Order: sequence, then C-alpha cells, then structure tokens
Amino acid sequence: MTAGRLTVGHRLALSAAALPLLVAAPALAAGPRPHQTQQQQQSGGDDLVTRGQELYQVGCVSCHGVDGRGVEERGPTLEEAGPASADFYLSSGRMPAASGAGQPGRKEPVYDADQRAALVAYVSTLGQGPPIPDIDPARGDLALGQQLYTANCAACHNSAGSGGALGQAIYAPALYPATELQVGEAVRVGPGSMPGFNEQQLNQQQLDSVVLFVTHLQDPVDRGGLPLGRVGPVPEGLVAWLVGLGLIVVAIRWIGTRDAVSLTPEPAEAAEAAEATETTGDPSVGGDEQGSSP
Amino acid sequence: MFLRLLRWFDDRVGGARFGRQALDRIFPDHWSFMLGEVALYCFISLVATGTYLTFFFEPSVREVTYDGSYAPLQGVEMSAAYRSALDISFEHRAGLVMRQMHHWSALVFLASMTVHLGRVFFTGAYRRPRELNWLIGVTLLVSSIANGFLGYSLLDDLLSGTGLRVAYAITLSIPLLGPDLAFGLFGGEFPAESIIPRFYTLHVLILPAVIAVLLGAHLALVWRQKHTQFPGPGRTEDNIVGSRLWPAYAAKSAGLFFIVLAVLAGLGGLAQINPIWVYGPFRSGLAVTAVSSASQPDWYMGWLDGALRLWPGWEPTVGGYSVPNPFLPAVVLPGLFFTLLYLWPFLEARFTRDRRPHNLLDRARDAPTRAGIGAAVVAVYGVLFLAGSNDVTAGALNIAPERLTTLYRVLVFVAPAVAFGLTRRICRELGRRPVRPVAGMPTHTIVRTATGGYETVPDPESASAASSSSSGGEL
Ligand code: HEC
Ligand code: HEC
Repeated sequence: MTAGRLTVGHRLALSAAALPLLVAAPALAAGPRPHQTQQQQQSGGDDLVTRGQELYQVGCVSCHGVDGRGVEERGPTLEEAGPASADFYLSSGRMPAASGAGQPGRKEPVYDADQRAALVAYVSTLGQGPPIPDIDPARGDLALGQQLYTANCAACHNSAGSGGALGQAIYAPALYPATELQVGEAVRVGPGSMPGFNEQQLNQQQLDSVVLFVTHLQDPVDRGGLPLGRVGPVPEGLVAWLVGLGLIVVAIRWIGTRDAVSLTPEPAEAAEAAEATETTGDPSVGGDEQGSSP
Repeated sequence: MFLRLLRWFDDRVGGARFGRQALDRIFPDHWSFMLGEVALYCFISLVATGTYLTFFFEPSVREVTYDGSYAPLQGVEMSAAYRSALDISFEHRAGLVMRQMHHWSALVFLASMTVHLGRVFFTGAYRRPRELNWLIGVTLLVSSIANGFLGYSLLDDLLSGTGLRVAYAITLSIPLLGPDLAFGLFGGEFPAESIIPRFYTLHVLILPAVIAVLLGAHLALVWRQKHTQFPGPGRTEDNIVGSRLWPAYAAKSAGLFFIVLAVLAGLGGLAQINPIWVYGPFRSGLAVTAVSSASQPDWYMGWLDGALRLWPGWEPTVGGYSVPNPFLPAVVLPGLFFTLLYLWPFLEARFTRDRRPHNLLDRARDAPTRAGIGAAVVAVYGVLFLAGSNDVTAGALNIAPERLTTLYRVLVFVAPAVAFGLTRRICRELGRRPVRPVAGMPTHTIVRTATGGYETVPDPESASAASSSSSGGEL
C-alpha cells in the first residue's frame, strides 16, 4: 500500500523523467514479447504493463535503472530476467532489495498479488527470460524426485533441504518456506549463485518430481524424535556431549558427592569411622616399591 | 536351596574366600572415578543393541529394489545393506529405537572415554605403576574410534559413502604404501564390493572382541593395582579410603548402570540421529557422484575432518616424490598425536625425573605444566572440531566459511598457546591457596528490626565451619 501512495505522490516529479519511457513502451509492446501469457493479452495486458511500469518507477528504478538496463553497483540488468524471475524475486520478498549488496533474503512480499502481476508484466516487456513454469506436483514421481534432488540440489541445499553456507556471504537457503511455484521458478531461473536448469536439463515431468520431493521435505517422515536442525552429525555430537554425557555427569556427581565431605579437614578419627580403609600390602603392587627407588 | 547349590559349587570350585575378600574390597569415592564406568556401561549398551541389529542387517552390496514403506525411495535400486538399514528403521519392531540407541551409545561411549582420559591425565593417574594401563586405555580409545567409524560406514547411505570415499583418499595418500594399503583394506578400487562385508566382520566381531579383551585387562589391572585416590585426611600412598565394594559401591555402580541406560534409551527414543532415509542411498541410478552439504563425520572424527579443511593446498615434493595433500593433516597429524599420547607417561617421567610410584593423585593445580599441556591439546582439538563443521557454523552464525577458515587457521596456533599459559597460571595461583573451603561458605541472616531497618547477623554454625576450613591450610 505504501508503494501505491508513493506512486501518487511521485508521479509529478517523475513524469518528466518517465516521458521517454512512456513513448518507448508502445514501441516495445509492438515488438515480440514471447513470454507474455495469453491471459494478460486478453485482459488488457497493456493496462497491466502501465501499472507495472508506474510501480517500477517508484520501487525499482533506483537499482535497475531506466528500461531495466541496470545501475552499476546497485542492481543488475533485467533484460534477461523474464516473468519467472520477476515473479520469483517479488513473491519471495527478495525484491525490492534493501540494498544493492549481498544476497537478498526471503522476506514478506512488499507488493500484493495484483501489484506483482503488474510488475511481472512490465518486467517481461524489458527483455527475454524463462516463462513462469506450469507446476503440478501431482504429475511428478516422488522417487524420481528424490534422486534428481540428490543429484542436483543436495550439494547446496542439503539432503534434508535445510540449506547451508556456500561461500563468501553466500548461502543456499532452507527450502521449507518456498511454495511449489517458487521452487519451480527457482529451478528454471537459478537466482543469485544458484545454477538454472532449463528444459533440456530437467524436463517438465522431472521438474514436477523435484517439486514434489521438495514438498515432501517440507513435511517429511519424521521418525525417531526431535530432528536436531537436520544438519547432520554436528548437532548430534553436541547433543551427545551436552545432553547425554551432561546428564550422566550430573548423575555421577549426585551419586558420588560423598567425597566432598571426606575432603574437608575433619579430624582423622572421624574420617576413619565414616569410611573404610584398606592397606595396600600386596608386595607385587607398586605401592611398596617406594623403598627401592630414591 | 540356592544356598545349598552355592555350597556345592564352593566345595568343588572354591572361591568363597576370594568372593568374600572381593566383596570387602575398598573403592575410593570420587565422582570422577565413575567416568570410566560410564564408558563400560555404554559399551554394554552398544553390544546389546548391536546384537539386536545384527538380526536384521544384511552386510552386502547386492543390488536390490526397495519396496518398503518409505515412499520417496520406493522402486529405487540400492544395496541390500542400505535396504536392510531402512527396514530396521521402518519395518522391524523397535528397530529404529535400537538403531538410534546404538548410535547415541557410540557417541556417548567415546565422549565418556575422552573425559575419563582427561581425568586420568590431569590427575596424573598414569604414573608408575600404572603406565601399562594407560597404554591399554589409549589402545581402547583407538579401537573404539575405529569401530565407530566402521559402524558409521556400514549403512551405505550417502553420508557414510562420502565418509568412506574420504577415508579411501586418505589411505591412498600414504607415500609408497598408499595404493597397496588402500587396495588391501578396501578390497579393490573404491567403491569395492567387498568393503561392506569386510567392515562388517571387523565391526561386529574383531574389534568388539579386541575392545572386550582390553577392557577386561584394563579392569583387572585396576583391581590388581588398586584404584588411585585423591589426597585427604587419613589417606596415604599405601592405603585406600572409600566404601566397600559390597554393598555401598556395588549399589552406586548398579544405580549408575541404570542411569546410563536410561539416558541412552531416552536419547534413542526422543532424539533423531543419522536419519539415513533422508540421505538416500550412496549409489543409485542417477545420483552416482552426489554429496550433500553438511556432510560431517561423527564428532570423534570431526577433528581430522577439520585438519583436512584447514590444511592449505600444499603438495610438497620430497626427494622427487610429491606427497599427496591429505597425508600430513590426516595421517601424520593423528599418528603424531596418538604416538605422543602413548608415550606420555614415559615422557613425563623423563622430564620431571619422577620415577617413584604414585597411588595418590595430583589435583590438576598440583602439576601446572601438565595441566597447561592438557588444556592446549583440548584447545587444538576444539578448534579443529569447529573447523570440521565450518559450513554448519557459518550457516548458524551467518559468517562466510572462508572467513571462518582463516580465523581457525590463526586460532589453531593461538588458542593452545593461550590455553597453556592461562591454565598454568591459574593452576599456580590456585596451588598457592589453601584447600578450597568445602565445609561451606559463611552465611548471614538478615533481620528486619522493629524500626524498619535491616541488620545482618552471622549464622553461628557457618562461622565455626569457616574457621575449621581455614585450618585445613596445611594440607
Ligand atoms: C536496493 C536495490 C534494488 C531494488 C530497490 C530492487 N532491486 Fe531487483 N535486484 C537487485 C540486486 C542487487 C539484484 C541481484 C540479486 C541476486 O544476485 O540475487 C536484483 C535482482 C533482481 C531480479 C533478478 C534478475 C535476474 O537476472 O534474474 C529481478 C527480476 C529484480 N531484481 C526485480 C526487481 C523489481 C521488480 C524491483 C522493484 C519492485 C526491484 N528489483 C528492486 C537490487 C534491487
Ligand atoms: C550451487 C548451489 C545450488 C544448487 C545446486 C541449487 N541451489 Fe537452489 N539456491 C541456491 C542459492 C545460493 C539460493 C539463494 C539465491 C538468492 O536468494 O540469491 C537458492 C535458492 C533456492 C530456492 C529459493 C528458496 C527460498 O526460500 O526463497 C529454491 C526453492 C531452490 N533454491 C531450489 C533448488 C532446487 C530444487 C535445486 C535442484 C534442482 C537447487 N535449488 C539447486 C544454491 C543452489
């Protein structure tokens, strides 16, 4: 909503800058727009694009520049983004980014569904990129998904989908909050440092299978108790030490506290009476060799 | 009836006298003396749960198709070993809880052994005449680590396969002998068919037998040489102050047995460990060379993984032969560490020129240099363990793994130096002070007076306790 109000407030100020753009827009619209969907064209696609453009001028232009050609040090060009990328970045709240640096994280989306549709429509006019995929996990095969996921995704996102650090301030996020569509989009687009997978690498049925398996990871068969973060043996080791051995040490301190009493400098007779004493008179045991060594 | 039977046996075999003497045996009381016992009970738990697992586990890489109840793997080709481990987890009654208890027992077994080793080290319990038992103890540790790794490798899931591949690469890296050794140990080029049956025999038969025999010898030596004790009133080099084996010590020990078992069973039932179905099979049609992120070994191998990760990519050339990269961090480093550990009692005797027998223990502060060395080793171990988990900690702390690696490369030298200096210093300070006031701190009662003011009145007993504890200064 904030974005909407800003639009009104800034329209005047922006109109001068936007003028050449508005002129250019119909020209672009006339050219090939391969990824625009049927529906958008029927329901007045140009309206949507115009609204998207207005939103873009307010929320995105500072980083992605006029015509989506990018701004150095702030944001990349959107000429190869396309609908899937735009929808993925907007619906996962990654865009608008807070700053041009670092990996944009998942956030609550800033725009509602209508505004996103408008922005996606506009970004699609800026260049070419993969279309929003058509995802239906019901067409997928879970076991195939398991194997494809293990072969293509687990190295970064972990077998359990819990994610992991990849390098200098780059991390593969946990896959638990992603929707089915977002998973499909991420695979096709390859956001940030993730590789994209095209139709040749993962066909439609394989993609559906991967998505199906990711939804399984979001609600896994959790036998065996608390999952301990699903990041393998490190937390298991910590639990073994802190909980396992920790509890046992508490127990032996409790069983074995007698010693605290006997260490106190009580009179010798009292100690003798309270405890049993044994002399180590066994000649074969080291104790008596004291004499032989200086 | 029972007594008659006993007498019958005694007439023929004898042993009543021995038995009576044994029951009267004195054991010194200190909680830390029970750590070794914890390890013993973990071992018993390992054998018991492990035996159950052998009923169902099939140590073979024969290719089979999974048709069990875990949906994401239905129809997938996998080894019989992995399938039987899945079946243990999903089909057999109490299978999963036994598997988890087995794994938790292994982790706690090694943890308790390590802490027991620490106790023995810091108190100087390995000094003459107990050097032999130290050697046995270190051998127990090495065999247990080895057996833990074998067990982790048997299941043929993605994680264990990744571990085996690293182990194979490490073996290969040994100069000259490497290739032959790797072929001999793994039965051919990785991943050889015979790895799993071979490791199975080692894991369930050879090494447990070695551990059991060594444990027996370890305990027999404790029995024969008698347990050490902390210095205290009435305690000398040639007596033992404590409780009788029967009933006091036996009751404690039996109680401990049940507590250990309860904790292990609790973990086995409540905390998931090594969910192999999540990792998937090591080899399957599509995922031939797959790995998962956060692939770590169990904690007791973590420091080696850390050393591998910290080690720069050097391959030094010695006499025209280039030494493979993993050789120094993964073969020489642990080799050196365990050699020093084995030799420690003799090294210390040489440096301190103290070859007298000791039945009274040191407190850590009584030997500041030894305590410092121990602390330094713990520090190195800790840093290497953290380095082994740098991708997990980087994720948890939101720091780049490379930066953590640089940090650990510095810390692995700085941390032990600081730990050594600090510990030695603290021990020296403590050593100068009288015995800690165990009798109790002086306490006061705060009284509210009629006018609304407050007054502190020292408690009568605490005053006397404080004075009596200060008289212990000469100890
Ligand atoms: C603060 C600067 C900033 C703002 C504001 C911003 N972006 Fe971005 N945007 C970036 C950066 C930086 C990246 C590269 C992110 C990455 O590497 O994952 C990016 C990436 C993208 C991508 C993916 C590009 C590709 O090649 O697939 C899209 C689509 C996108 N932004 C759309 C938008 C939209 C639409 C808006 C307005 C709602 C917006 N951005 C606002 C900085 C910004
Ligand atoms: C090279 C490592 C890598 C591989 C391989 C990889 N990813 Fe990613 N993935 C990433 C990174 C990094 C991001 C975060 C990108 C960003 O936000 O800029 C990501 C993001 C995602 C997201 C968005 C998560 C969210 O909550 O917003 C999904 C879904 C996803 N990946 C799924 C997959 C799937 C499915 C595969 C396998 C087909 C896969 N990834 C393979 C690194 C990888």
